[in-house]
Amino acid sequence: MIINHPILGPRDAQEFIYLGDAALIDRPDWQADNAAEAFHDYLYLRDNPAGQHRELWFHEQGDRSWLVVTRNTVTHDILNVELARDVARARGRSK
Amino acid sequence: MRYSGLKVIKEALTGHKGWRPTWRNPEPKARYDVVIIGGGGHGLATAYYLAKNHGITNIAVVEKGWIGGGNVGRNTTIVRSNYLLDGNGPFYEMSLKLWEGLEQDFNYNAMVSQRGILNLVHSDAQRDAARRRGNAMILNGSGAELLDAKGVRAMYPFLNFDSARFPIKGGLLHRRGGTVRHDAVAWGYARGADLRGVDIIQNCEVTGFRIENGKCLGVETSKGFIGASKVASCVAGSSSRVMEKAGMRLPIESHVLQAFVTEGLKPVLDGVITFGAGHFYCSQSDKGGLVFGGDLDGYNSYAQRGNLPVFEDVVEGGMALIPALGRVRVLRSWGGIVDMSMDGSPFIDKTHIDGLYFNGGWCYGGFKATPASGWCYAHLLATGQPHDVATDFRLDRFRHGGMIDEKGQGAQPNLH
Ligand SMILES: Cc1cc2nc3c(=O)[nH]c(=O)nc-3n(C[C@H](O)[C@H](O)[C@H](O)COP(=O)(O)OP(=O)(O)OC[C@H]3O[C@@H](n4cnc5c(N)ncnc54)[C@H](O)[C@@H]3O)c2cc1C
Repeated sequence: MIINHPILGPRDAQEFIYLGDAALIDRPDWQADNAAEAFHDYLYLRDNPAGQHRELWFHEQGDRSWLVVTRNTVTHDILNVELARDVARARGRSK
Repeated sequence: MRYSGLKVIKEALTGHKGWRPTWRNPEPKARYDVVIIGGGGHGLATAYYLAKNHGITNIAVVEKGWIGGGNVGRNTTIVRSNYLLDGNGPFYEMSLKLWEGLEQDFNYNAMVSQRGILNLVHSDAQRDAARRRGNAMILNGSGAELLDAKGVRAMYPFLNFDSARFPIKGGLLHRRGGTVRHDAVAWGYARGADLRGVDIIQNCEVTGFRIENGKCLGVETSKGFIGASKVASCVAGSSSRVMEKAGMRLPIESHVLQAFVTEGLKPVLDGVITFGAGHFYCSQSDKGGLVFGGDLDGYNSYAQRGNLPVFEDVVEGGMALIPALGRVRVLRSWGGIVDMSMDGSPFIDKTHIDGLYFNGGWCYGGFKATPASGWCYAHLLATGQPHDVATDFRLDRFRHGGMIDEKGQGAQPNLH
């Protein structure tokens, strides 16, 4: 699989470490009333779809950026690549 | 029809005209006491033990393809009982004991071969870990021996003992472990279940559940609705896809694991060797091919095929350990979709929906579990209580801190 890095261009997937579902960006609020429940779901439950999947890849042997890769889990086609930083910012997550 | 050596000789002399199909191919009835989803090893074993141990025979096993087409026919056939943690140890030891008597029990040649499994050790730290695991194995009644380098050399003189990176310092030998002919396990359980009246319905995909007022009434399938008092999901790599239809999210990710087999060779490897440090393990099939594998590809996948980088990584491990492999040609490679759970251990449990049960999370190691998984799932379905050796395999264990994390990796499925 070739990951088209937004800054570095096409890179072999072997240069990356895979973390999992990009929903991991959305860490629950630890002060919310349902925090225990929300953290259980966040840590342990997964959608695990057959088809399109947004997921986190870390460019360990490159520029050490985190990417959000949209990939088809049935065909292994990579459909879209974004910097995780941009995705998080677009959700108002960081300054 | 009973199988025996005498029968084989008789058939050989009479042109093999007396063999009959091993199971029927019935159309589904409108309703069953138990509908099992998935005709893999675990689903078929569950049907067999429900019928044999509990006298429940009004059962259908509903399989979307052909039985044995999933992981039960794709694995590298290794069976072992070398677990460390209490939640696992007695369960896998029970499974190994069932393997030891299985062929007599279901009158089918599953080629159970206790040829021994050797886990190699390359450092003091690994030797300590092997000693600890070996002690746990001895406590569970599985048996274990710690070998030094000389002991390993006496068994397998052709290994690369003096590699600079991973010199072989010894190994943990599990003599009762070995291999079993994987599809024969599916066929043997299928035959045993069919003989007791179980309907095995192939080419029938479960597409949904009928759930009313918190009770599961049956399954929607490509052959129409099938009613059931109890529905038992047992679909390995497809667990999330199937249970999603009941509105459930599972502590599971689906990953692809590859396996490889070489051209047939003269007998060279009479046991199973695992080279964990190099991500490689290997045995030789009775046909002569070296059967080997390594790590998961590492990303979510439903593709039933992997990619070349892991192939390269695995054969590099093979070359590092057994340099003599260099001229051997690989014949085939394939992948299976494994249901990686959040702690690397399985589930055999009820769900919050009345009448709906779940068996899954077997990761890359559920073949060895087949007999005990079927036995314990049948026990749960028949009695409503978990079997004594499977009490920890609960779906809600993460809520209560009851993880069974053999590797201590945490909630990262691709590292288990
Ligand atoms: C390459 C590889 C190597 C392995 N090596 C080993 C090993 O050496 N030792 C070991 O112990 N384990 C090993 N495993 C793991 C082991 O194979 C599995 O854990 C085990 O086979 C899973 O249980 P099963 O046999 O019931 O699964 P499967 O055979 O996969 O059965 C599940 C069945 O469910 C069916 N199904 C799915 N969805 C539906 C639906 N909607 N409706 C109806 N049916 C459906 C599928 O078609 C399939 O037949 C390996 C796995 C792989 C992929």
